[in-house]
Amino acid sequence: MVADAAPSGAQSGMMVADKRTSPVIQFLAWLARRAEAVVIPLGAVLAGLALFSLFLVALGKSPGTLLDLVWRGGFGSAFALQNSLQRAAPLLFAGLCVALPARLGLVVIGGEGAIVLGGLAAAVVAPPLSGLPAPLVVAAMALAAALMGAAWIGAVGALKAYRGVDATIASLLMSYIAIALANHLIEGPLRDPTSLNKPSTLPVGAANMLGPMPGIGVHWGLGVGVLACLAAWLLMERTTLGFSARIAGGNVRAAQIQGLPVRRLVVGFTALGGAAAALAGFFEVAAVQGNANATLAAGYGFTGILIAFLARHNPLAIPPIALALGGLEASSGLIQRRMQLPDATILVLEGLLFLCVLVGETAYGRFKIFSPHLWASKKAATA
Amino acid sequence: MSTARESTAIAVETIGMTKRFGAFAALDDVSIKIEAGGFHALLGENGAGKSTLVKCVMGFYAPTSGSVLVDGREAAIAGPKAAQAQGLGMVYQHFTLVPSLTGAENLVIARADVPRVIDWRSERAALAAFMAGMPFRLDLDRPVAELSAGEKQKLEIVKQLYLKARFLILDEPTSVLTPAEAEEVLGLLRGMTDAGALTVLMISHKFREVETFARSFSVLRRGRLAGGGTVGAVSRDDMAAMMMGERQVRTVAARSGTPDPDRTVLHLTGVTATDPSGLRHIAIETLRVQAREIVGIAGVSGNGQKELADVLGGQIRATGGRVVVAGAPYAGTRSESRSRRVRFIPEEPLRNACAPLMSVSENIGFRAFDRRRDDPEGRPALWLDKGGLRRRAHDLIARFGVKTASAEAPISTLSGGNVQRAVLARELTDPVDLLIVVNPCFGLDFAAVADIRSLIVAARNGGTAVLLISEDLDEILELSDRILVMSEGRLVYETPAAQAEVGVIGRHMAGHH
Repeated sequence: MVADAAPSGAQSGMMVADKRTSPVIQFLAWLARRAEAVVIPLGAVLAGLALFSLFLVALGKSPGTLLDLVWRGGFGSAFALQNSLQRAAPLLFAGLCVALPARLGLVVIGGEGAIVLGGLAAAVVAPPLSGLPAPLVVAAMALAAALMGAAWIGAVGALKAYRGVDATIASLLMSYIAIALANHLIEGPLRDPTSLNKPSTLPVGAANMLGPMPGIGVHWGLGVGVLACLAAWLLMERTTLGFSARIAGGNVRAAQIQGLPVRRLVVGFTALGGAAAALAGFFEVAAVQGNANATLAAGYGFTGILIAFLARHNPLAIPPIALALGGLEASSGLIQRRMQLPDATILVLEGLLFLCVLVGETAYGRFKIFSPHLWASKKAATA
Repeated sequence: MSTARESTAIAVETIGMTKRFGAFAALDDVSIKIEAGGFHALLGENGAGKSTLVKCVMGFYAPTSGSVLVDGREAAIAGPKAAQAQGLGMVYQHFTLVPSLTGAENLVIARADVPRVIDWRSERAALAAFMAGMPFRLDLDRPVAELSAGEKQKLEIVKQLYLKARFLILDEPTSVLTPAEAEEVLGLLRGMTDAGALTVLMISHKFREVETFARSFSVLRRGRLAGGGTVGAVSRDDMAAMMMGERQVRTVAARSGTPDPDRTVLHLTGVTATDPSGLRHIAIETLRVQAREIVGIAGVSGNGQKELADVLGGQIRATGGRVVVAGAPYAGTRSESRSRRVRFIPEEPLRNACAPLMSVSENIGFRAFDRRRDDPEGRPALWLDKGGLRRRAHDLIARFGVKTASAEAPISTLSGGNVQRAVLARELTDPVDLLIVVNPCFGLDFAAVADIRSLIVAARNGGTAVLLISEDLDEILELSDRILVMSEGRLVYETPAAQAEVGVIGRHMAGHH
């Protein structure tokens, strides 16, 4: 009986096959689809810069000078580049904390909380283990941080999956709780009595500190962060688990009807994002600060939101964007001194960029030029 | 003079009402007269044109031709506001009240002339006087969210009366009510029509309701007026015959083989379930589907078919009873559906079975992506075989005739028929023992309908047990080996398709058993 349906199907299938077999058309259609993901964020960044230029002109400052200073302060010299890379390292992890849950359609903006609590957890486990070999202590610190972060953001996922609580609001509110909790512990029960001006936990010990990566003089957080981005990309794009998450993010009903474990996916991917963010805190403690203190809440988690959205939640795009944002923040001091602009200037720029990126999100699918359909049908018509 | 007019019912008449959407006539030359103080029922199957007719009367649609007479004078009704000015009001199936506001607040804000600053004291006094003249008893100071469905429905009706409606359209008013609530609300409305204060036009599927409360009725079938008359003068069988009409069972695909009585693939016993809103309940005493058999479940929409499908698809959990597939309990998990070879095709495939922004190729891969190739029972795969998925998708796109610009185009760019073909390509490639399909051809064009029905019959001929849940009775008659009718959450009637009588099925669909 298949025969009855097959003939008409087979004929139309042939037509489709004809259209499809031309590799040029296939490539154009592919290119059109990919170009959209580059051109729109780029356009948004340019629009953000244009708005920011207006802001500068209104203050009587030159946008050209600013660009020059950003270049010199962020990328123009080996020292500047090192500084930018150093700042980019935690941003990689913070970006992943947004990008991983985003695959399931969740907007998690509370990575800051996981960074702070992850750093605190790392700092707390080190002193009791001081007799052990340094690699073991460092591994224990990293593990403690990752578990803490996974539990914290995983809880956001669980609230969403089992109780329907909005993940954006829950994660934001939980990040405030996390920061307040960390401050309370650092200034109270966990305070090192010898830390006078700057309340801190007990030092993790010089032997347990991570040195710089050979050659570039930037701490290991950068290398591990880039590897984490690669791993996240593999997970999302090349594993069946990542594909399941994309289905659930694309349409929860379809995922449920396919029998996919949607709730477990939500909890798993949020926990993974939280673990990533917490590693940023771990590296801040183990490679920069040597203990946990209030500087853990430096806003990396919030910059990470901007990075993930600019990267369209593609982990491979996170490193270059994190570097760009790191450079921007590295040049902040220079801009402040040379242009007599307030400290918050870079925040204004980041805010404008983010606004433009969010507006840009609504532009996807609106430009015909990016439609694979258009390319395939146009070529088919002329062929 | 004007106050007297405002409190009396008005007559409404449609003359030659026609509404075309492109070449399709949703409504074709329908003339219905409802006298002042009448209680008129509008009957018909899904898609017969009932909603189109009332939307034309209320000014939601501009009719292609035809006119509305209000109290004998032609009325130009450009929109719902104009309808309200004429004294026409409508109560929808779904509630239109603001849940966080009280009944009184909902009434006042609905008014067209609500002032910028509301003097609540005088409004309250006016409302109290208004309610004193109403047969409905309602506490207007409670937030709507706290009201029961019956109270909300009453408030909707009161709202229309407060807005000075003297002709009230009710769209399946009792579908959200318990039988006792339905009885009360309709009884009160009937009382108001008897007193000459109101005219009612009620869309209904339930013969019992029509016979108890309506005085006259009209039947629509495929956009045309199929008949009508005074309630009581026409038997239920004749009313059912008007609704169903003469039908030719058109067979698209020849069946081969007969159902296998020794292999019951799906067996439900005593299954009860409730939808997430808690309003609809189902209770299925027994339902069997055998290998090489299509069992069609007919019924007017909203009689529990969706809940039955959700139980079988694992969307909601049964509160009692057993769902057994191939001899073992079944809850719709991915591993169960894989090992028992169960496939579920929900209605509106783009909304329920696809990720709209993922590509056609990826959507076709939803079923196969997580197992090793060519081994449906194989171990789960960790790495995504992108090349394999793409080749498989290209092959299936060609075999099932899915028309798409590219396998990489988002599936949302496809027409409805091609989305359904892609979904069937995904679900029907591997051997299937049980196929559950819900309204598979809803909204599709003629060619797609024929293709898709052929695929379903082909699966059946290959030995698949098929449960077909459809609101399209023609589809049920055409495809089924056995037909069941679902009404108010229960399976109320069963007949072999060969001996099916359309009138009897229609009577059961209308709640007369």
